[in-house]
Amino acid sequence: MGSEIKNVDLAVSIGPLRLKNPVMTASGTFGYAKEFEPYLNLHKLGAVVVKGISLEPRPGNPPPRIIETPCGMLNAIGLENVGVERFITEKMKLLTGISVPVVVNILGDTVAEYQEIAERLADVDDIAAIEVNISCPNVKKGGVAFGTLPELATAVTNAVKKHSRVPVIVKLSPNVTDISLIARAVEDGGADAVSLINTLIGMAIDHKSRKPVLANVIGGLSGPAIKPVALRMVYQVAQSVSVPVIGIGGIESAEDVLEFMLAGATAVQIGTANFVNPRAAEETVEGLAEYVYENKLGSLREMIGALVLS
Amino acid sequence: MSQFQKKSYISRLEYLSPDIVRITLDSPEIARIAQPGQFVMVKTGNGKDPLLRRPFSISQVSNDRYFQILFKVVGRGTSLLAHCREGENLSVLGPLGSGFQVDCTGSHCLVGGGIGIAPLLFLAKQLSRICTGNPPLVVLGARTGEELEPLINDFKELGLSVHAATDDGSLGHHGFVIDVLKGLQLAADATTYVCGPHPMMLAVHLLCKAKNIACQVSMETHMACGMGACLGCIVPVEKGGYAHACFEGPVFDAEELLWEVK
Ligand SMILES: Cc1cc2nc3c(=O)[nH]c(=O)nc-3n(C[C@H](O)[C@H](O)[C@H](O)COP(=O)(O)OP(=O)(O)OC[C@H]3O[C@@H](n4cnc5c(N)ncnc54)[C@H](O)[C@@H]3O)c2cc1C
Ligand SMILES: Cc1cc2nc3c(=O)[nH]c(=O)nc-3n(C[C@H](O)[C@H](O)[C@H](O)COP(=O)(O)O)c2cc1C
Ligand code: FES
Repeated sequence: MGSEIKNVDLAVSIGPLRLKNPVMTASGTFGYAKEFEPYLNLHKLGAVVVKGISLEPRPGNPPPRIIETPCGMLNAIGLENVGVERFITEKMKLLTGISVPVVVNILGDTVAEYQEIAERLADVDDIAAIEVNISCPNVKKGGVAFGTLPELATAVTNAVKKHSRVPVIVKLSPNVTDISLIARAVEDGGADAVSLINTLIGMAIDHKSRKPVLANVIGGLSGPAIKPVALRMVYQVAQSVSVPVIGIGGIESAEDVLEFMLAGATAVQIGTANFVNPRAAEETVEGLAEYVYENKLGSLREMIGALVLS
Repeated sequence: MSQFQKKSYISRLEYLSPDIVRITLDSPEIARIAQPGQFVMVKTGNGKDPLLRRPFSISQVSNDRYFQILFKVVGRGTSLLAHCREGENLSVLGPLGSGFQVDCTGSHCLVGGGIGIAPLLFLAKQLSRICTGNPPLVVLGARTGEELEPLINDFKELGLSVHAATDDGSLGHHGFVIDVLKGLQLAADATTYVCGPHPMMLAVHLLCKAKNIACQVSMETHMACGMGACLGCIVPVEKGGYAHACFEGPVFDAEELLWEVK
């Protein structure tokens, strides 16, 4: 890459959080970031988001947990993770000094649990932001996902925000009738930004055995297959809230990022594409730099919400 | 440290039978560091469908430069791979995972079923090269002689005698690999290395357990990434919970796994 291209302005702000470029990695698709060190320069990325952390360790679902579907995949990992204590003592240690902002994704069964994780993380240095996964079922409310009811979404956001020292991003579930409604609810709860979409709930069946393919029966759909849905939702949400929107869903190239920015995203996350091309995130940053250079943009920010409707 | 090679040159593509294909890739970076039991993740097409890479064991390396994968055509991805041409490039990630643990002080027994024979050839070569004791016992099985014969040939070229078994009796013993194994004298200091269908690996594990012989198995699971990022590739373990086949395996000590005896 020529030095002119290197010097283009790709920086964006997620509320108070400044990123050198808009390319982040999506939770659950980038491990704890260290796994990718052999393949790319982590410090070239805007930020990394680590695997979702719960209060207690979770073993996750039985196998099979993943199956490929046309242009995508279904997963029912079951939020396997080491729990917040081991995350802090083991994983976070590995992450200090990796010279890229680290966003910690959290999840819980109850509002109190989300709050407790936020409290534990508030004492930890080197966390750039917290991303709250509200696609999880609320065990106290009969298993309905936090992200599907506005008042629950507001409550979780509020609880985390009150106990965090860093910006709070709330990650929205697409499995709702009106995602703008939930986006506004988390904005009311104090979210500094929203990210979307999480996986779309889907299912695969093996007609020969007459069984569901995933042990969990249903799973989350991700990858290029969900990109049109994600773009539509980002577009709708960007018009409904004033906080920055982070676009997620089927992104694997700079072109995809540009589309999400046109729809109103300030930044993006790359998920499933990391599995196919472990260098996807870095190559996407390079592609964006080339685009800004070749099109003589003052900064990449000019693309945000610049959709031409005629 | 594993390598990511967007362009690994296909120097040879051979059909060993109508649905078993061997691809030789020119990739010194991978060939130099690969260990028996490790695998690579291969992109089978250029587009978004099939999306994910497919895992294949490294079945042989040569001259610090080439490595081979040996696969059976079972679906879209393997079918696309089978239609590649010599001179084309494949995107390959590897070598991945932790392979067979070899200790030359004991004796060795290799047990393979069907396409699970693939990683055992690399292991047989390694054992022949670094361990000076008795040559390993080799027991290989498949459904038919047509399927088994091409898989056995490379072992014979190493000078190893192979005990064969086929489901239809067209080559070697008429029946299962486990029957052949039961009839063989396994030394108390032997290690058994197994790769094949789940029921076969379970049977071998139970036999080894009864005889108090070490047993290493190479597990197949659904993998999305092959490098520890997706957490999809789990196998249940004896102590509770799961192990991840792509980085804690794919080769495991059979005793560590939780075998659901059905
Ligand atoms: C560590 C490891 C090493 C392997 N080594 C070899 C090898 O050396 N040679 C070889 O022929 N095969 C090997 N396999 C299996 C191989 O990865 C699958 O056969 C292949 O992914 C099928 O791809 P496909 O697109 O052709 O089939 P698909 O169209 O995806 O599926 C066809 C059938 O294969 C099954 N399948 C799909 N993916 C897998 C998978 N990852 N593991 C097991 N079954 C699967 C499906 O359930 C289905 O029944 C290995 C698997 C693993 C996990
Ligand atoms: C295997 C896998 C695991 C995931 N785990 C999490 C998780 O722990 N927390 C979370 O908020 N999202 C999780 N996601 C959702 C992704 O972060 C992302 O929102 C989704 O996959 C859509 O983006 P993509 O199409 O680029 O993959 C996971 C996705 C996959 C495929
Ligand atoms: S295959 Fe993704 S973690 Fe093992």
